[in-house]
Amino acid sequence: MLGLNAKDFRLLLLVTILVVFAPVFLNPFPVDSAMAQFNAGYPDLMQRFVIFGIFAIGFNILFGLTGYLSFGHAAFLGTGSYAAVWMLKLLTINVLPAILVSTIVAGLFALLIGFVSLRRSGIYFSILTLAFAQMAFALAASVLTSLTGGETGLQTALSDPRILDGAAAVAGNIPAPSLFGYEMRATTTMRFGDWAFTLNLGYYLAGAFMLAAFYLSIRITRSPFGMMLRAIKSNQQRLNYTGLNTKPYMLACFVISGMYAGLAGGLMAAMDPLAGAERMFWTASGEVVVMTILGGVGTLIGPVLGAGLIKYMENIVSKINEATLHSWFAFLPDGMEDAVVALIYPFIGKGWNLTLGIVFMLVVIFLPGGLVQGGQKIAGLFRRKKSAEASTKAQTPAE
Amino acid sequence: MDAIILQTLNGLDKGSAYALIALGLTLIFGTLGVVNFAHGALFMIGAFCAVTLQKILTLSHTVIDETRTDFLGNPMKVDVPYIYEWFGESTGNAIIDWSVPLAIILAIPVMIVLGVVMERGLIKHFYKRPHADQILVTFGLAIVLQEIVKYFYGANPIPAPAPDALDGVFDFGAMLGFDANTITYPLWRLVYFLFSAVIICAVFAFLQFTTFGMVVRAGMADRETVGLLGINIDKRFTIMFGIAAAVAGLAGVMYAPINSPNYHMGMDFLVISFVVVVVGGMGSLPGAVLAGFVLGILEAFASMTVVTDFFPGINNIVIYLVAVLILLTRPRGLLGRKGVMED
Repeated sequence: MLGLNAKDFRLLLLVTILVVFAPVFLNPFPVDSAMAQFNAGYPDLMQRFVIFGIFAIGFNILFGLTGYLSFGHAAFLGTGSYAAVWMLKLLTINVLPAILVSTIVAGLFALLIGFVSLRRSGIYFSILTLAFAQMAFALAASVLTSLTGGETGLQTALSDPRILDGAAAVAGNIPAPSLFGYEMRATTTMRFGDWAFTLNLGYYLAGAFMLAAFYLSIRITRSPFGMMLRAIKSNQQRLNYTGLNTKPYMLACFVISGMYAGLAGGLMAAMDPLAGAERMFWTASGEVVVMTILGGVGTLIGPVLGAGLIKYMENIVSKINEATLHSWFAFLPDGMEDAVVALIYPFIGKGWNLTLGIVFMLVVIFLPGGLVQGGQKIAGLFRRKKSAEASTKAQTPAE
Repeated sequence: MDAIILQTLNGLDKGSAYALIALGLTLIFGTLGVVNFAHGALFMIGAFCAVTLQKILTLSHTVIDETRTDFLGNPMKVDVPYIYEWFGESTGNAIIDWSVPLAIILAIPVMIVLGVVMERGLIKHFYKRPHADQILVTFGLAIVLQEIVKYFYGANPIPAPAPDALDGVFDFGAMLGFDANTITYPLWRLVYFLFSAVIICAVFAFLQFTTFGMVVRAGMADRETVGLLGINIDKRFTIMFGIAAAVAGLAGVMYAPINSPNYHMGMDFLVISFVVVVVGGMGSLPGAVLAGFVLGILEAFASMTVVTDFFPGINNIVIYLVAVLILLTRPRGLLGRKGVMED
């Protein structure tokens, strides 16, 4: 269906269900219970899940399929954000043109950088993209202040012209980004007894874009084009020897990947019309690398999982403080309680980055396919046992 | 003229830091063929060796001083470092004052052990894996080291001042015949430059004039043949990794008075030092040193107002711009050997 084979379609269906019902799945604990701090179903965080999901999917198209490790992908995200905010300022407060333009601008920027960077491969490619991204960051933060707002960032203002709907703006209020009049921040809360689920328009718009992006990434991976990219990963030299010019494929891949990042940046600006230079800093590029590897590089669903996991840790696990830990382990004897808390505390709360670093290293060392590979291995373990049992059963009557 | 001298001097101390870190990176890449993204973290840990020694030296206990009173009229409590009791107050003070240079003694064994443990425990398993994997695992290690330091020392920069005797400014103008006070230069930066020159010379002399260094150089040129001659080259390369870590650590120790150490200072230097290595030529030791100083001085010149008026913002991007130009026109770098990592 939809040009996908049955397995991929099931995956797409699963992701669709997850995205649509995320406000429910992510709020499994009643509002006033002690576990409520683990509820991740608030609009801001859910938007981040899907937006960074898009970013990671795009990065995975480049790194997962071709093996080219870009350390400057955040530059495209930042460019997309700036482009989107400018559209919101100059054209209309409707987010659709902003998102469209951000994708196109990021694509053009990726075309420029990719054209130069792709003349080298391996570590040189990584460093070239890193250098370009740092240049973009430095320029955005200092010289191009009129274009980017410098350190404070770029945001919508009352005095914006907004050619299409500037007059309609209510006097004294900066209009919020909207989709044909429906504001992105429009939220309804549904209550079922003690549970509350927040449905947010901005999240569903971003979610729809993520599903489209995910579908497209499946199609790319399964297409002859995707096959060519994987051939580049496994042996580019051999491809060149057969008389094939790999450059156009690589460039197309890089641009597509950049457009994904631009789309993510545009969506970010659409949810909250503010763009800052720090989105382009190289640690932001490092973050998407970590997300993709953690989830499973080269797999379809991995990057989305990785993005979700990291954003969940960043926003939920980082909020656990020492007092919370003490309340959890209150059932232990006093000395033991303190010891356990002292043992665990460095790894969560403010120290969640330490856990992230350790898990990331373990994944790189032992599970090059990320969490997805880990899941498959565990599943394979059970399946093998089952099939072994089944085969012995099948054999016994024959004897 | 004096502006040019001043900017050259300004470039030298940044350039020394770049050169030292890039030298360590190149040592690791040239010997083991590993791209070490955790090198910036080693630099940072070096700086925190200085902080740690300072903390140890100023460990104190509270004594009630009967001769003085606080504003309430009670006998005053004073913190007396233990070191006063062992060496007397004046010697103790001098030791605390000189804690940053003294930290070198602490840093060398710490960094060598750390380097050897890192190589044996982690990097060893990544020789046969692609460069991308090496980058990723060392990047993860950098995050871990950084977070450990952050856990113990907090997120704020901790000042580690230079000794009072070296804290002043040096008047170059008077020395070179200009008017006094036209070209002044912080004394510690001069010390930093001289120190890095000594370290660089020491590393080169070690490689050039000792048997150990000769074997290492032979191993860099053709690892397999050296191994076939019955020499345990892996062991020597491990030691070289420790030495490279020590070089980065020493660069960090002496940098502590220039910029108060914080946990992410390594990452800030890492990106630039990689650029330096690439500009100098992957695997070329003289190239790394040359590129470090050239880029440091170039950065200093680019931040002159004459230049920034003409091309605003150039001071922030000049290093990357040079790197891009070099990579596109001469991918082996300034002094890189032909055929090494050229694709």
